Amino acid sequence: MKISKEEVEHVASLARLEFSAVEIETFASQLSSILEYVEKMGELDLAGVEPMAHVHEIVNAFRDDVVAPGLTNEEALMNAPYPEDGCYRVAKVIEGE
Amino acid sequence: MQWELVVGLEVHAQLLTDTKIFCGCSTSFGAPPNTHVCPVCLGLPGALPVLNRKVVDYAIKVGLATNCTVARMSRFARKNYFYPDLPKGYQISQFELPILEHGYLGVNDDSGSPKDIGITRIHMEEDAGKLVHPDIPGADYSHVDLNRACVPLLEIVSEPDIRSTGEALQYVKKLREILVYLGVCDGNMNEGSMRIDANISVRPMGQEEFGTRAEIKNVNSFKSLEQAIIYEQSRQIDLIEDGGKVVQETRLFDADRGITVGMRSKEEAHDYRYFPDPDLLPLVIEEEWIDAARDTLPELPDAKRSRFRSQYSLPDHDADLLCQSIDMADFFEEIVTLHNDPKAASNWIMGYVLRDMSRDELNSVKEAPITPTHIAGMLDLIKEGVISSKIAKDVFDEMWATGKEAKVIVEEKGLTQISDTSEIEGIVDDILAANPDEVASYRGGKTKLMGFFVGQVMKASRGKANPGLVNQLLKSKLEG
Repeated sequence: MKISKEEVEHVASLARLEFSAVEIETFASQLSSILEYVEKMGELDLAGVEPMAHVHEIVNAFRDDVVAPGLTNEEALMNAPYPEDGCYRVAKVIEGE
Repeated sequence: MQWELVVGLEVHAQLLTDTKIFCGCSTSFGAPPNTHVCPVCLGLPGALPVLNRKVVDYAIKVGLATNCTVARMSRFARKNYFYPDLPKGYQISQFELPILEHGYLGVNDDSGSPKDIGITRIHMEEDAGKLVHPDIPGADYSHVDLNRACVPLLEIVSEPDIRSTGEALQYVKKLREILVYLGVCDGNMNEGSMRIDANISVRPMGQEEFGTRAEIKNVNSFKSLEQAIIYEQSRQIDLIEDGGKVVQETRLFDADRGITVGMRSKEEAHDYRYFPDPDLLPLVIEEEWIDAARDTLPELPDAKRSRFRSQYSLPDHDADLLCQSIDMADFFEEIVTLHNDPKAASNWIMGYVLRDMSRDELNSVKEAPITPTHIAGMLDLIKEGVISSKIAKDVFDEMWATGKEAKVIVEEKGLTQISDTSEIEGIVDDILAANPDEVASYRGGKTKLMGFFVGQVMKASRGKANPGLVNQLLKSKLEG
């Protein structure tokens, strides 16, 4: 499977990453070779094999619906660059009109 | 040209658990910002989510009540996007293997015929936080409160089976009723416990293929749902009839103006790159769990309504209203156990209990100052002839105001109906003597004056005279 430069740019922009033209070339070729390697699986006869849901074979880990102490407001905002009124202050998001 | 409306609804219902879906933080509403948070719901590195068992339990119940198949194996997926109210950069949701699929709810179409609205899937997911825009002119920033982040939601996705606003409203009302009956969601739409996105399109009548749809967000009341559909339907029809094309897009419903507005969002933003969340184990649900959940299901609204119609011989309208909430239905049945007159109980509930509940803005009859015993006691007094229905209305108001039993109020206020003929006769004589002109007119043929005499007697007795006796006595004295 070949990954195009455009696909690398698309995924990079979704992930808010910026790359130089050279890096994009490199990643396109690296991602392509990784996917080609995975494609080897297609050579196997996998009819009747359940798709894997998780690397572990165990299932079902639950907690009970009981309130547990969390962080205080001060602790929660400790690493926030702009704490204000008990909140995280962020750049305004413009949506709609 | 004749156009057909096609609607599919996505309803987000907030579940009534004590804690969040993947951590032990409280879900209670109204706490100061960022005080119900922990490393998991803040998305701090290294924190691991662990699924709240009750969320699964609630989901199974909803699935059973909406005729869904419960998946033996389901799993969680990450929905990736960037937004300041989403601390991890992804929302934990379900994608390929949701917990519930292939359900339906019955409604009536516009001609009154029953039809099923398919439910494609129901999945579990976490809510995002809340963005608060400060009320300062020109503020170029927002505040993020993450108390709501990670609160459990069910997303209930219908098939595009809805063909009218009437069907859409019935579907959401039914769904809401079921969620509230099950006790898994408070159904409070104005607090955001139930939020609706509507996928709306139109197509020429008879055409098989669907038209291009717009997704309308922020529809948060029944009225908004109705307005949004009507507005969007005519917007799309006008657009097409003027030679334009409907664009697939997300639009926001503006409740103040009753219109939908296109959102300026990049196409790319909807590439969510779902993949299985490696932090959470697959969820396997055995038959025993489903059976146990089934055993705890209450009688559901439709079944209750039909039982109320047959067991208590109630008209559709009464059964409908009484069964709108499980609390009210129970309230009614308790009255009937104590005083076996279903129609009277229903009349008092519909006429007075509901009136006072809405005046006092009560959500449940359980919050009312009176109990079924109050009403039954009052009905006993009416039946025994101790008070008239007219006096009973005053007694009801007094019960509501003071929480006292009917019997106590009647004794304290001396409201006992006068059924003593000689006492009423005295009042009747006084009234006739005081109104000689009216008596003459009556005897001259103006029999409509009977109402006037009855009114005067009742007034003089402060409403306590037995109206049957008053009528009888007046008639015999005026005509005898």
